[in-house]
Amino acid sequence: MQLLIFMREGTSFMKISLTVNGTQNTANVEPRILLVDFIRDTLNLTGTKLGCDTGQCGTCVIQVNGKPVKSCSMLAVQVDGCDVKTIEGVSQHGQLNTLQQSLWEKHGLQCGFCTPGMIMTLLDFLQHNEDPSEDEIRSCLEGHLCRCTGYHSVVRAVRDAVVKARQTQSADLLVGSAD
Amino acid sequence: MVQKTFGAPLKSREDPQMLQGESPYTADIKLPGMLHMAILRSEYAHAKIKHIDTSEALKMPGVVRVITGDDLTGKIMPLPCIWIPGGVESHFPPHPFGLPGAGDVLAKDRVRFIGDSVAAVVAETRYQAYDALAGIHIDYEPLPVVVDPEDALKEGAPLLHDAVPHNLNADWTCGDKAAADKAIAEAEVVVNLSMYNQRTINNPLEPRSAIGNYDPVTEDYTLWATTQSPHNHRFLLSVLVLGIPFNKLRVIAPTIGGSFGTKGYIYPDMALVLFLSKELERPVKWVDTRNGLMRSTVQGRDHKQHATIAGTKDGKITGLRCTSYANLGAYPSTIGPGVATALMGRSLSGPYTIENAFCEVFAVFTNIVPLGAQRGSGRAEATFLMERLVDLYAAEIGMDPAEVRRKNMVPPDQFPYDNHLGWTYDSGNYGAALERALEMVDYAHINERKAEASRRGKRLGVGIASFVAICGVGPSTRMSKEGMLGGTWESANIRVHPSGEVGITLGSKSTGQSHVTTFAQIAAEELGVDMDNIRVYHSDTQKAPYGQGTYGSRSYSVGGPAMYMAAQKIKEKIRKAAAHMFEAAEEDVVYEGGKVFVKDTPQKVKTFQEMAMALWYGWNLPAGMEPTLDETSFFDPADFNYPFGTHIAVIEIDNQTGQVDLVRYVAVNDAGPLGNPLVVNGQVEGSITHGAGQALIERAVYDEQGILLTDSFTSYAIPRSTDLPEYELDYTVTPSPHNALGVKGAGEIATVPPAAAIGNAVCDALADLGIKHIDMPFTAEKIWRVMRDAEQKKNAASNGHHV
Ligand code: FES
Ligand code: FES
Repeated sequence: MQLLIFMREGTSFMKISLTVNGTQNTANVEPRILLVDFIRDTLNLTGTKLGCDTGQCGTCVIQVNGKPVKSCSMLAVQVDGCDVKTIEGVSQHGQLNTLQQSLWEKHGLQCGFCTPGMIMTLLDFLQHNEDPSEDEIRSCLEGHLCRCTGYHSVVRAVRDAVVKARQTQSADLLVGSAD
Repeated sequence: MVQKTFGAPLKSREDPQMLQGESPYTADIKLPGMLHMAILRSEYAHAKIKHIDTSEALKMPGVVRVITGDDLTGKIMPLPCIWIPGGVESHFPPHPFGLPGAGDVLAKDRVRFIGDSVAAVVAETRYQAYDALAGIHIDYEPLPVVVDPEDALKEGAPLLHDAVPHNLNADWTCGDKAAADKAIAEAEVVVNLSMYNQRTINNPLEPRSAIGNYDPVTEDYTLWATTQSPHNHRFLLSVLVLGIPFNKLRVIAPTIGGSFGTKGYIYPDMALVLFLSKELERPVKWVDTRNGLMRSTVQGRDHKQHATIAGTKDGKITGLRCTSYANLGAYPSTIGPGVATALMGRSLSGPYTIENAFCEVFAVFTNIVPLGAQRGSGRAEATFLMERLVDLYAAEIGMDPAEVRRKNMVPPDQFPYDNHLGWTYDSGNYGAALERALEMVDYAHINERKAEASRRGKRLGVGIASFVAICGVGPSTRMSKEGMLGGTWESANIRVHPSGEVGITLGSKSTGQSHVTTFAQIAAEELGVDMDNIRVYHSDTQKAPYGQGTYGSRSYSVGGPAMYMAAQKIKEKIRKAAAHMFEAAEEDVVYEGGKVFVKDTPQKVKTFQEMAMALWYGWNLPAGMEPTLDETSFFDPADFNYPFGTHIAVIEIDNQTGQVDLVRYVAVNDAGPLGNPLVVNGQVEGSITHGAGQALIERAVYDEQGILLTDSFTSYAIPRSTDLPEYELDYTVTPSPHNALGVKGAGEIATVPPAAAIGNAVCDALADLGIKHIDMPFTAEKIWRVMRDAEQKKNAASNGHHV
């Protein structure tokens, strides 16, 4: 129905194929559609949030080919052929990974609106930093705004996750959905 | 024995869903056939609307409706204002029910601020709706603009509302003017301060959003919205705005991504999505943008204050007087005028015994975004002023600021204490919190720290802020005298299922404060039931008992006791039923730890689960007892509660750049017993960050034309992860006598003192330059200029001396 309306108005579409959280997807998208809107509205993956749409808050961060990106600052057509991961692809069957578990235990979230974006950034960060200092964690989070926690509990949670991951050698859990 | 749950630092039960991106916020909801709305906001701060041409927009792809103010005439009422300045004459835009009005849903012939809603587009997709805004052409005739409240009161200033002479909403006072004047006239020491507590933008991370759905068959409306007061907003929107039966509107508040005061208001968009969903017979969704939020969601603070403190040479404060100009913006927000007057004025004397105090607030309309509450509202503005005055007075008499505070604090044996401005403090030990904070910061050795910093090219400053924060709004009768047009009680329901599991339902609504956890802790503790067996319901007017919502740190300190009271009813009923079953005297039957038993006859015992089943069957109940365990309590406290504390900031200023770094922050708070210390710590850390944000970087800037220059996160800064150090926290515990749990508000109290502590620290660091006061925010550029000007003055003076 919506598609017909677009067609009638002569909007051009581009066909894109991508992997989202491990599943192959194909879609026709308007070239101007932001990646965040494609993810939220077309793919119905609403765990990714839209806090500012101008690239300043970090609530929209997802991973494209393993790298965190602000999905409000990219077009959907730019991820043609890419491997996209969103917060929904992080834990499987309701099983929290080590980082999520630590965020929970350390009260690293309150309203939760900033949390999915932070997790997507942190998972990449922790893959490249086995033993980050507090300063390094703070720098990593600088692109993420949180109005609730004041960040300190998030930093504590990340430290906690690092320690736990080392204790249990569960590096896989830390980086997300190992299958 | 069930473990102790009240007071335990339990993890938030709502978190796993959020951590997986599965918690539904309003913007995440999709309904079949849903349309999307975009709002066109005014480009001018003040202008006549001469003509609106919507023809081009109507032809644009996907557009199904373009609506303007004229389309609403006679069909929808203006928004109401429900907290007016109490006890004084006040003037408002009109509302047909004779209530104070808060402006039209869509501006008709005139716009009054740059966020004023002028028209709305409904289209098949959000992109199409926003595209079509460009197809609406408005012929504006600009009018003179006024942005400063003192200017707005002057003769000849542009007038915003026909019904409001001189733009003056109210001239509100509290305290005793004659006594304050006399004390000041006769005082040994008098210090004056004129300052501006700048306007701030709360900026929760989630922008506001609303979805309206009308069912043409049942004629029922449903609103999903980012509202922290679903019941209250249901009443206001149905009866006072849409003019439909209360019965016909259901309000659901999905997960909320932070509020800090902003989502306790009714806004035009809420009414519009409902109105349009009926007209179009399809669900209509609106999601704001960050820019839209900055331009139209209520903002905070914004008082221009002129104050005088008086005292003796040996440190006893004898008088306090303040005239404040509160900038209400273009319209009164739902509760803005009450926040700007009572919450500020009556809080002014803080933790001190000042017998001669007076405060006057001019609440004034200007052409900027409406004022509302920002976390700690009113109390933070009062505390900043009072704590700056105390430091200035201390400097004037050459006494340590800690000592001045010590000398003037209400002693612990003086409660309840009448603060001479209208609040009666319930309980406290203000001195203990002060001493603890001084000890934590090692105040005795602060001069050594200053010397050490100076060797590194830094100026170190230390600032104390002691505070009392009125919370737990509140006693309904009292609030009615304060101008609140509505009740301010709270509610809770406990329903025990036949399985022995429990459902509890709250009248209030969380915006990120873990209600699902903390309220369950109260029920678990009282009933002796495992947390895992308790499910929490809330936020849907069709399911939850009436409640007034979250604001003024009231959910836990008013709703919490309601939950406690409902649990007592349940226990009492179990005890009575068990006495009947055991054939024992009622007074011999005890309920404890999830079991009911006969004293001294331990074999006569039944578990909570057995009693749940027995009452559900209802086969063997005492005469007259109704079956099932399902109890609701409404709690209307005898008075407010008054958390308090002392915070101390240590800052360093870079001599070269003027950069202010917060290097240590000590916070001792007292909110009575803490139901969940992990959650309260989180609230405290977030609050301090919010307050520090105001002190260091935040300010909403309007130019003389009323254009908001800080309308995105590029121009309006909020603290980031690298800006602030880890805080050092502690608590004292002084229960409130006004509720059974002894709890006091905790959600926003720590936002009250940080700006004052940091302000005092900055001025302390610059004291040797002769700097007495600097308005917030303390940005590097501002501090650098202040230091440079002071140095130049000093040099000029010493040169002059040598010549
Ligand atoms: S929504 Fe993408 S950075 Fe804010
Ligand atoms: S938890 Fe609310 S914005 Fe971070």
